[in-house]
Amino acid sequence: MPVTYLACIVILGITVVPLLYVFLDGARSTAQISNSSTALPNPWVWSNYGTILSSASFWQFLGNSALIAGVATALAVGLGSMVAFALSRYAFRGREVVYTLFITGILFPIGIAALPLFLQLQLLGLLDNQFGVALPEAAFSLPITILILRPFMRAVPVELEDAALVDGASRLRFFVQLMLPMCKPALITVGLLAFVTSWNQFLLPLLVFTTQSHFTLPLGVSTYQSTYSSNTALILAFTALAALPALAVFVWAERYLVAGAAGAVKG
Amino acid sequence: MTRGTAADAGLTGPGAAADTAAPGPGAVRRGGRYRRRRKLRKWTELTILLGPGMVLFLGFVLAPIVIGAYYSLYNWDGLGPLTHFTGLHNYKIAFNDPAFVQAIEHTLILTGLALVIQGPLALGIALLLNRKFRGRALMRLVIFAPYVLPPAVTAVMWSLMLQPGGLVDQVMKSVGLGGLVQLWLANVHVVLYTNFAVLTWQYLGFGIILLLAGLQGIPYELQEAAAIDGASPWQATWRVTLPLLGPTIRIWIFITVIGSLQVFDIIFLMSGNNGGPGGAADTMGTYLYRTGFQSQAFSYGTAIAIIMFIFCFTFSLIYQRYALRRDTAGALTRAAG
Repeated sequence: MPVTYLACIVILGITVVPLLYVFLDGARSTAQISNSSTALPNPWVWSNYGTILSSASFWQFLGNSALIAGVATALAVGLGSMVAFALSRYAFRGREVVYTLFITGILFPIGIAALPLFLQLQLLGLLDNQFGVALPEAAFSLPITILILRPFMRAVPVELEDAALVDGASRLRFFVQLMLPMCKPALITVGLLAFVTSWNQFLLPLLVFTTQSHFTLPLGVSTYQSTYSSNTALILAFTALAALPALAVFVWAERYLVAGAAGAVKG
Repeated sequence: MTRGTAADAGLTGPGAAADTAAPGPGAVRRGGRYRRRRKLRKWTELTILLGPGMVLFLGFVLAPIVIGAYYSLYNWDGLGPLTHFTGLHNYKIAFNDPAFVQAIEHTLILTGLALVIQGPLALGIALLLNRKFRGRALMRLVIFAPYVLPPAVTAVMWSLMLQPGGLVDQVMKSVGLGGLVQLWLANVHVVLYTNFAVLTWQYLGFGIILLLAGLQGIPYELQEAAAIDGASPWQATWRVTLPLLGPTIRIWIFITVIGSLQVFDIIFLMSGNNGGPGGAADTMGTYLYRTGFQSQAFSYGTAIAIIMFIFCFTFSLIYQRYALRRDTAGALTRAAG
């Protein structure tokens, strides 16, 4: 047991200290930082956080990230659950081929696809457009969504479907009114995965956006770093505030992410 | 697929009995018409359900592969039509460029290190967190946190901490390790490993989540039984738990390799588009961005992307064949059954 706690302290230290550092050094002046980062700020300098929270660009980046992640998540979960329903509750020729096609998408991550995707978006006239990021992100989230949802939908008893059909409901109505509510935990999990993936995506927005008012939060962080490279404290405050939404969502949703991992393991 | 044919023929399926209940002379003919209508209806529903998802997937995941493969055979700068067909020339240039060969080496080193160092580390921590102790829930929450941070945030955070005289140096000096302090991001011999350390900080939590989920699927009774049979805790872990964790470990390896082959964000933001001093931390991802996108050599860039895709594809074919086959075979039969 002492070994367990010792290990825990080391792990906690390595994980938490960098996060604390960012939040605390965001509350120092740059002169204080170059002096020493190991003590508490003295005095606390709240003006860095104030500067960023009152700047239009921070809120704009935040809004863009939220919009893109929202659209990507809605599409991935909406269309992904429809596909998963078709692939789990219908028997038709070519079903496993379609399933394999979607699952193979996992082999082609967005990081590798980015440049060909950029050319594709150019052809479609979607460059420097929020949908040029949201649509591909939704598409690349489909494989994992379908992978996780299909076993869930399969597990719903056939008798339930039969009962609904005997009562005169169509299968599509069964899907919307019974299947989706029953899959709610799994839907939350895949929704979170899609949201976090989109929220954290860096390369695709980097290629697609040229207008700064379209930038997402991760792009904003890197732009901020190069623009204010001499003002370390301000960069840290910006970074801290950019980290907050992700951490907040995570604290609220940790159990669903863990459930998602469990689902992926069971495949 | 064979499974599908039975229902295709209209032999099974709910609702069939309810509507064909009227017997009589016309029953056979009406049954045939009914069957056709039902089939039409099924395919209409399938089109509604599958159509939008297929369009999105084909348009933004499969089309880029095809477009990329096609463009890579031309010499094209992003303007005008594709006229200058050069065959495999772009691929030849790539493999003759020492910078690209070096980028491949670095990518493979990062992948290997991820497997050799992150794997056992994640496993150890997962085994630790699978035990019952006070504060375990908090530990789990904290340990997964870096995984959900945007990599851009992680990179900016660490690049500031790793400045000469920054937090890392200060902490090392205060615990008496001042002699080990390096120019973390400027020393050619160190920078790749500095990047690896930061990547580990970001992604270790994912491995731990996955392995913990796998561990929770293993009944505790098995460990107990082993203990009753006289196995030490170490033996029980090594001989009972680990083999049962095999499928999870193999999935983790698969995801880690695919992820490592495309690594970009953190290296780009900590070491720049040229992969740090002397390209010492250049990877396939940063090389692709620099040579393909920034210098507008789009057809060359797509060739690099296709090479990266072939790396992923080859790995997964081999891995599927030799390591994953047992697991996925089980999963597929289970899924189909």
